[in-house]
Amino acid sequence: MALMTRSATAAKNNRATPAGQQARMSWWGPGFALPHGAGLLFFTVVPIVATLVISFFNWPLLGTPSWVGTGNFAKILTDPIFRRVVLNTLLFVVLYVPLNLVISLGLAAWLTPRIKGRHIFRVIFFIPAITPVVANVVVWRLLYQPNGLIDATLQTTVGVHAPNFLGDEHWAMLAIVAMSVWQGFGYNLLVFSAALDAVPEQLLDAARIDGAGPWTTFWRIKFPLISPSVFFATMLTLITSFQVFIQPFILTRGGPGDATVSIVQYIYNQGFALHKLGIASAGAWVLFVIILGVTAVQFLGQRRWVHYDA
Amino acid sequence: MTLSSPAPWAFRIRQGIGYALLCLVALAFLTPLIFMVATSLKAPADIFTVPPTLVGSEVRWKNYAEAFTFTPFLRYLVNGVIVATAGTAITVAVAALSGYAFSRLRWRGRNLVFAAFLATLMIPQEVLVVPMYIMMQKLSWVNTFTALIVPWAFTAFGAFLLRQFFLTIPHELDDAARVDGAGPVRTFLSVMLPLARPSLAVLAVFSFISNWNSFIWPLVVINDVPKLATVPLGLQQFFSSQSSNWHLVMAASTVSMAPTVIILILLQRHLVRGIVTSGFGGR
Repeated sequence: MALMTRSATAAKNNRATPAGQQARMSWWGPGFALPHGAGLLFFTVVPIVATLVISFFNWPLLGTPSWVGTGNFAKILTDPIFRRVVLNTLLFVVLYVPLNLVISLGLAAWLTPRIKGRHIFRVIFFIPAITPVVANVVVWRLLYQPNGLIDATLQTTVGVHAPNFLGDEHWAMLAIVAMSVWQGFGYNLLVFSAALDAVPEQLLDAARIDGAGPWTTFWRIKFPLISPSVFFATMLTLITSFQVFIQPFILTRGGPGDATVSIVQYIYNQGFALHKLGIASAGAWVLFVIILGVTAVQFLGQRRWVHYDA
Repeated sequence: MTLSSPAPWAFRIRQGIGYALLCLVALAFLTPLIFMVATSLKAPADIFTVPPTLVGSEVRWKNYAEAFTFTPFLRYLVNGVIVATAGTAITVAVAALSGYAFSRLRWRGRNLVFAAFLATLMIPQEVLVVPMYIMMQKLSWVNTFTALIVPWAFTAFGAFLLRQFFLTIPHELDDAARVDGAGPVRTFLSVMLPLARPSLAVLAVFSFISNWNSFIWPLVVINDVPKLATVPLGLQQFFSSQSSNWHLVMAASTVSMAPTVIILILLQRHLVRGIVTSGFGGR
């Protein structure tokens, strides 16, 4: 949230208008904010409250809702399938987030201004971050097929068959993670690359004169200086990875068995395949609480490694 | 040159190796996309071959024509353009107004309201899908373009991005406009909006792309797929018939990616700036 603090100080620097004018203009502000505010109120605030309300009802897709109290929560929290999808999602997060961050940070450090055409590389790595996720996933589904590119390459070079990535429960989640990292790291790469460019050259020169190698320079000087960006990117990557849906939904349909069903797919299945909107809402709230909790932990932990005072 | 640098030729060689490695990494990275385009031009029999090939026995451009007749793919593309354009127009319009209100106008409760705007960014779309669907039922918007366009157009990201921009404009400009007798509306329309054009473009691009790529919401709210689907939902239709039409799927995927890649290449500088100033545009 470095950006927010920065913009907050900028706001303070706004020159105050004379008192009379301020009174005269005071309705313009709310007026200008009204269309956006009303839209947000109606399409975000009302639904988030409604999600909670619906979760206390037995709410069929068509038909009359009936009150069940905390019954839906009791049901999903004791449902072995819900436990499974939470664990699946956690496994995805635990694999995906570190891989994404290490690769994007590593490549950002590699793509120093000394490298000619670095912006071309940055654009290349960003391509799948901007193309439709569904299209990306569909392409990887082809690669993962038996006799697809990966399997055929292995057969030709090493002479062995690749595992059946999408059909084997030990491989399916790894296949989803690999595809997701490919698709997702370009975004953080751009963020880190821009942050690294802002590190003052004098500091790096000073470190070099003191005999620091590239490794030391990176971890002792560059990393602390870009730590606010890393923090922000980590948080957003974490939040979005808990919402994983399209990759397993199209690659494996959640299979084999329930091996790759994510929380969001559970919500979707309960709500729109089984028409149990109450259960789906309870699941959605559990997801929301998990995301809020993880974000809070991140904020509490940032003191230990994020430096804003550089 | 660093102080402890080795002989120039050794440095050159090391740099050359590093560069070659980087190109290899980039090539490996692009392989899925290269293979997508390659497969989109193959005959079905040439797709799953051992060893794998880049070019099959023939180059079949007609796969593309076939992809458009196999499903109403042209309709999906047109729908996608309509939905994304309309959604973008709303997003940019409301965010320009609110971004202006949060940066150039002073009013009571401004910071509190802005904080509330930002707080809504914490709420994932997936959490809202169920009540939003019920809301669409009540409004009779289920299975309409309106349902695709309106509900998600009010993202607070736009207010955040444009406020950031408006804050950088010197206050002398407002003062000058005020001295000339312009009220907030005139100042907004004839001073601020023209200046903000590049930032509006950044927001428009992000908004267009996120609409274009959106999948979960169309999946939930559109029943009449052949008529109302946008591109990602339409792509999925290639799988519903059990036969494998990989050559057609890849042709359709290529077409669906094309607009976003073209936008990326043409507007990379704007996009990068939007991402760097906000840290989350388009996520």
